[in-house]
Amino acid sequence: MRTARCEYLLRFGDNALILSQRLGERCGKGPALEEDMALTNTALDLLGQARLWLSLAAEAAGDGADEDTLAYLRDDREFHNVLLVEQPNGGYADTLVRQFLFDAWASLALRQLLGSRDAAIAAIAEKAVKEVSYHLRRTSDLVVRLGDGTERSHALMQAALEALWPYHHELFIGDAVDAEMVAAGIGFEPASLRDAWLSYVREVLAEASLTMPAAGGWAPKGGKQGLHSEHLSRLLAEMQVLPRSHPGARW
Amino acid sequence: MSDIVDKPSLDQVWHWLADVPDPEIPVISITDLGIVREVRYDGEQLVVTVTPTYSGCPATDVIAESIRDAMRAHGIADARMETRLSPAWTTDWLSADAKRKLRDSGIAPPVGLAANEQRIDVSRLGRRVPAAPVVACPRCASTRTELLSQFGSTPCKSLYRCTLCREPFDYFKCH
Repeated sequence: MRTARCEYLLRFGDNALILSQRLGERCGKGPALEEDMALTNTALDLLGQARLWLSLAAEAAGDGADEDTLAYLRDDREFHNVLLVEQPNGGYADTLVRQFLFDAWASLALRQLLGSRDAAIAAIAEKAVKEVSYHLRRTSDLVVRLGDGTERSHALMQAALEALWPYHHELFIGDAVDAEMVAAGIGFEPASLRDAWLSYVREVLAEASLTMPAAGGWAPKGGKQGLHSEHLSRLLAEMQVLPRSHPGARW
Repeated sequence: MSDIVDKPSLDQVWHWLADVPDPEIPVISITDLGIVREVRYDGEQLVVTVTPTYSGCPATDVIAESIRDAMRAHGIADARMETRLSPAWTTDWLSADAKRKLRDSGIAPPVGLAANEQRIDVSRLGRRVPAAPVVACPRCASTRTELLSQFGSTPCKSLYRCTLCREPFDYFKCH
């Protein structure tokens, strides 16, 4: 039985790991050289953050797990990332909007963790928040440039926004694990970030001349608790195939 | 005669570390880069505490290996690496010497201090995108330069070009 703290760490680690893997799929296929580098550098930052979170989670699990066994040997139901990050890359607009929605949330979430009573968690947040701020600056700029760009880029961005919007709800839904972490002074209440996130996103979208989808609507959730879409299973199949078919393989 | 050999002094160890190059930007050393945070002895074992530049920087593992190799070359077989995340590494820790060496090798050093840099703070609303820094071309010193890409050849750099001498160059991001 894993503790709430361990599961909490897995959630942050899995968000970073799965999004990193998604961005990695674009390596060598970016729409322009600069974007290729940006997407893969962002993936690299996220992978580094995932290693920090998962190493700490492995330590908390205390059952002989390490960062690699957690990444490569868990099944989809044991992953605790939000559904947003496992969504397929789609077109470039989809990749960008997914990243923007996530970056804005991650920037807020990590700032909250800076004040965590758990020194190891606060230290990872301190490291990660600098990187995520840089990611958010880039994704915000691009959302504005492409939203307020050509007719075609605007239409693609608006469509991506509509398609991914339902997945933002889960970021702000707390559960028993969150409650326990709040009570322990370790974590934050997810719902408390919603207003700041909405204000920021609204401001960027307005500047981008994009229309913010109406409130309410379909709100898929369950990723944090291990209930995922089929997309995650396929992602894991690719990510885990080598260590699973050749256990203990080394370079 | 005693068989006991005195442990090298910590000052001596710092000097040796100053000769360990950064694997990706070998013109500067790991101490120039400001990533060696502490050197101490834990009993007979030498402990070198290093902080990573970027979380995912692939150079981090190579650096740990280079430190171990360097120490071994100086007769210290028993060295342990420790990682410290907080306070997080900042380019404010680059030595003045490091900035000069970067410029001499065609990489523009960070402009200004990261501590003063305005970051997007979502919680305080307002995009207030900080103005791009004025980066001088490391080749011709012109400030008529422009950002080509926010990311460059390594996690710590972005890509610029000089509109006067037309040369592209790396800029070591203020972080």
